[in-house]
Amino acid sequence: MTKPILEIRGLTRRFPVKPAGHRPWRRAKMSWLHAVDGVEFAIAPGETVGLVGESGCGKSTLVRLVTRLIDPSSGNIAFVGNEIGGIPARRFARTPQRASIQMVFQDAGESLNPRFTAARVIADPLLRLSRLRGSALAARVREAAGLAGLPDELLSRFPHQLSGGQKARVGIARAIAVEPQLMILDEPTAALDVSVQVVILQLLDGLKRRLGMSYLFVSHDLNVVRLLCDRVLVMYLGKIVESGPVGTVFGSPAHPYTKALVAAIPSLDQRGVKRLRLSGEPRSPIDPDPGTCRFFGRCPKGQKNCAAVMPELRPLAGGRSVACHYPEIVAAEATREAPTMNSNLLPFQIPHPAS
Amino acid sequence: MSEAPPLLAVADLSIEFRTRSGSVRALEKVAFDIGRGETVALVGESGSGKSVTAYALLGLLDPAARVTSGRIVFGGLDLLTAGERALEEMRGREVSLISQNPRGALNPIRPVGKQLADVLLRHANVRRAEVPQRAVEMLAKVGIPDPTRRAAAYPFELSGGMCQRVTIALALACSPALLIADEPTTGLDVTTQAVVMDLLAELAAASQMATILITHDLALAGEYADRIVVMHAGHVVESAPADELFARPRHPYTAKLIAATPKSGTQLADLAAIPGNLPDVRRADLPACRYSARCERHSKKCDAPLPLVTIGQSHMVACWQPL
Repeated sequence: MTKPILEIRGLTRRFPVKPAGHRPWRRAKMSWLHAVDGVEFAIAPGETVGLVGESGCGKSTLVRLVTRLIDPSSGNIAFVGNEIGGIPARRFARTPQRASIQMVFQDAGESLNPRFTAARVIADPLLRLSRLRGSALAARVREAAGLAGLPDELLSRFPHQLSGGQKARVGIARAIAVEPQLMILDEPTAALDVSVQVVILQLLDGLKRRLGMSYLFVSHDLNVVRLLCDRVLVMYLGKIVESGPVGTVFGSPAHPYTKALVAAIPSLDQRGVKRLRLSGEPRSPIDPDPGTCRFFGRCPKGQKNCAAVMPELRPLAGGRSVACHYPEIVAAEATREAPTMNSNLLPFQIPHPAS
Repeated sequence: MSEAPPLLAVADLSIEFRTRSGSVRALEKVAFDIGRGETVALVGESGSGKSVTAYALLGLLDPAARVTSGRIVFGGLDLLTAGERALEEMRGREVSLISQNPRGALNPIRPVGKQLADVLLRHANVRRAEVPQRAVEMLAKVGIPDPTRRAAAYPFELSGGMCQRVTIALALACSPALLIADEPTTGLDVTTQAVVMDLLAELAAASQMATILITHDLALAGEYADRIVVMHAGHVVESAPADELFARPRHPYTAKLIAATPKSGTQLADLAAIPGNLPDVRRADLPACRYSARCERHSKKCDAPLPLVTIGQSHMVACWQPL
């Protein structure tokens, strides 16, 4: 294994919230919203890792922790071997690693200063993070814009004079201008039409190869993740419930949540087929019971055990991991003597600490 | 299909917007029919005129809009010439709308049960005393758990998926004959999207309600619609039964759109982008076929006024050289 570019261990971020029925004149104990709870993963050089999960599952908090825009409550973030989790976010903006981790924001239109021209937008991180000035700066801006497929004549335009796809390119050019090693893409194509989406995805894939970057690609569009990513992390309420190569995870999901997620993708060949649907709402992320699986209650196979022991992320065959007591394993991976009652259910018996 | 008159017939509909930089020809000769209980999807890129069509059906166009030609006949009533009184009676009772942003569609300072009651009192023949009970029943019907308690909740207390269920309950309160769902699942998670779409399909089937599903997601349209109407820059370019459209698209634009949509088996390199952009619809000298500037098959023939070629029973394509 090559040394990972990013290695995250036990990363946790909690936010204080007022408990329900809080009366402001009484001093009350604060409740804690566990946005990201003990997340571990690594990204190898040149790898694209997808991060999927529904809104409110902690994707954005995780991304903001990794880009060091906010500080973790606990845990480690190692970037090319250097621990950066302990550096306060304000100070991190002045460290050399700031240029190495860059981000492409979700809504290209909203993340561009409306009073800056495209050239000024792209120059902004260079002005802060590099010593380039004058003609050298202008040359670097043109180079970054060229890499992102933005013609020179558009550089003097303001965001409102650009189309959606062009704005997305400006956002990408801004991120690659400072030559990052790790780029975080937060739904870069969510606001684009399919015809433009294809172009941007192909551009991102080409840039990764040319510039040797690694990507952390956040998206709720599983079809897009499948196209661009090598590995995928599935997140549910602050925890990673499944991770592994994209083909295996989406092809034969082991965690019931991943299964529901895959079943929810609209697809043409599934017309009229009754598919797995999740009922109910996610559990509250505020002061969650540490002994209950976060998916319990919505899970189609929840058992007594799931409310007593939190399943840990453990490795399965084929380079993937799953956090479930009763993962579903396809025949190729499973042992032959699967139980007769339900061939989908493997006899995984987790040692029960309570009994 | 040709025997019984359709529930809704849109014919030759052209709409212009007057703006400071000239008039925008947002729709040109749009035509489609919807039968009772049928689900029709309007598909196209942003700016193709999907939402303008929906608002025209409801008579809710912007004051700057002007209908330059066409007819919209709904159950024998021409909506474009009908008076405001008749339209008010029709909206909500016969035709209702689910809008893009559920939270924006709800009144933020009124409990959702009260909002449902308002609709029932205005449009349905329900005794005043029974209204709160009916509102709770409606919430239960759209699958909201604990509806009695949720009826007293304000929109901010509900999740996005819950709010969307409430707007569905509002739209279906009077069992309309036609439902217009304008991007009903944007901003919802895939899991919630699937549940909401299943619910809509189920309710539509149960009450023989026709649905116009407006979406930019071709896969979603393919999964839930009986027929798909593809729009491009204010023109209907193709209209066909869903299976047929995907199996054999005839308009070059439809084919490109299908090729650009990521599917389970495809690789990134397989996907092909659609060259060019939507044409500037403010121009007075727009070509007859608004796709011609982006089209590979473009030739001299295409400068003639746009034809409507009918292939087979119900497959229509507006192209001189269909695939």
